Amino acid sequence: MSEAVSTLKVSLWRGGSDGRFKTYTVPLKANQTVLDIVTWVQRHLDPTLSYRFACRVGMCGSCAMTVNGRPRWTCRTHVTKVIQNGMLEVAPLANMPVIKDLAADMRPFFEKWVAAHGTFAASKTRTDAIEPIKPDEPARRAADEAIECINCGACYAACDTVRWNPDYLGPAALNRAWSLVNDVRDSDRTSRLAAISAEGGCHNCHSHQSCQEHCPQSLNPTRSIAGLKRLSMQAFVRGEINA
Amino acid sequence: MNARLYFWQRGSAALMVPMIVVHLAVIFYATSQRLTAAEILSRTQGSLAWGLFYGAFVLLASIHASIGTRNILCEWGRLKSGSAGAVASVFGAALIALGLRAVAAVVLP
Repeated sequence: MSEAVSTLKVSLWRGGSDGRFKTYTVPLKANQTVLDIVTWVQRHLDPTLSYRFACRVGMCGSCAMTVNGRPRWTCRTHVTKVIQNGMLEVAPLANMPVIKDLAADMRPFFEKWVAAHGTFAASKTRTDAIEPIKPDEPARRAADEAIECINCGACYAACDTVRWNPDYLGPAALNRAWSLVNDVRDSDRTSRLAAISAEGGCHNCHSHQSCQEHCPQSLNPTRSIAGLKRLSMQAFVRGEINA
Repeated sequence: MNARLYFWQRGSAALMVPMIVVHLAVIFYATSQRLTAAEILSRTQGSLAWGLFYGAFVLLASIHASIGTRNILCEWGRLKSGSAGAVASVFGAALIALGLRAVAAVVLP
């Protein structure tokens, strides 16, 4: 990084859910990310600042926070692109409990991922022949797109329906379910469709598309959820699932 | 909202779309022809077709609206699904009663 050319006032959330913002003055440098700023505060001003990160290159999905009111992956968000009126405000992700400072408790997020049957259920054993998968089939294409989710939680934090209905599974879990119902190797299709068709399932989605708007991977969970609604209705009409 | 409620709400909406077109056409015709209340009643009273049409319309609208009301009560009213379902059921029953009473008033001789 280059020499510091100016400073920036940054407000960071401190404490639990009843905490408050605290303002720090940090050097503003070229090509600086929001995660760089948070790390600088912890290394130079307050070592008790808690936050979460791992890869720093946009692969692990650990560092998502609320930046000036929007959920973003902080390691790939350039400060100069998100400053508003010379200020930067960073808070933990919304729609999740706050552990401390900038670290949100992602347990509800991943519990819903499990509730949506987000784990792959193999239909074959390792002794079976490898099943050829044609990459250009529509179902495989749908699965391949949805599978790029890094589970950062930005969509979940941005979702109005999650805010209104704490039981709603949310876009990430449903997007994961969509990738699996399109995977011909998976054996859990019917019970997964039943899980995402229950109270709190895909039919609660209002298609506001905030998930699509805020996804750092430019995925479209709203489309995935619309696909699940179609498959769910087909299964319901055929009597394969009860709700 | 679950798959069963979604089926009934979206299904009732799909069935109502052509009925709403007919309903709007009837309103447009009645106003453009400047039909009086007596003239309208003379055409609807004793009509099995209008009775069935608007009777079905009332039932579908009641199903559709009560499921939507349940959703609103859950999401904005923070009611549990059971409580919201009970309130929405009463609302739906009231819509059916009031709607069928209105239909009876214009189709019964």
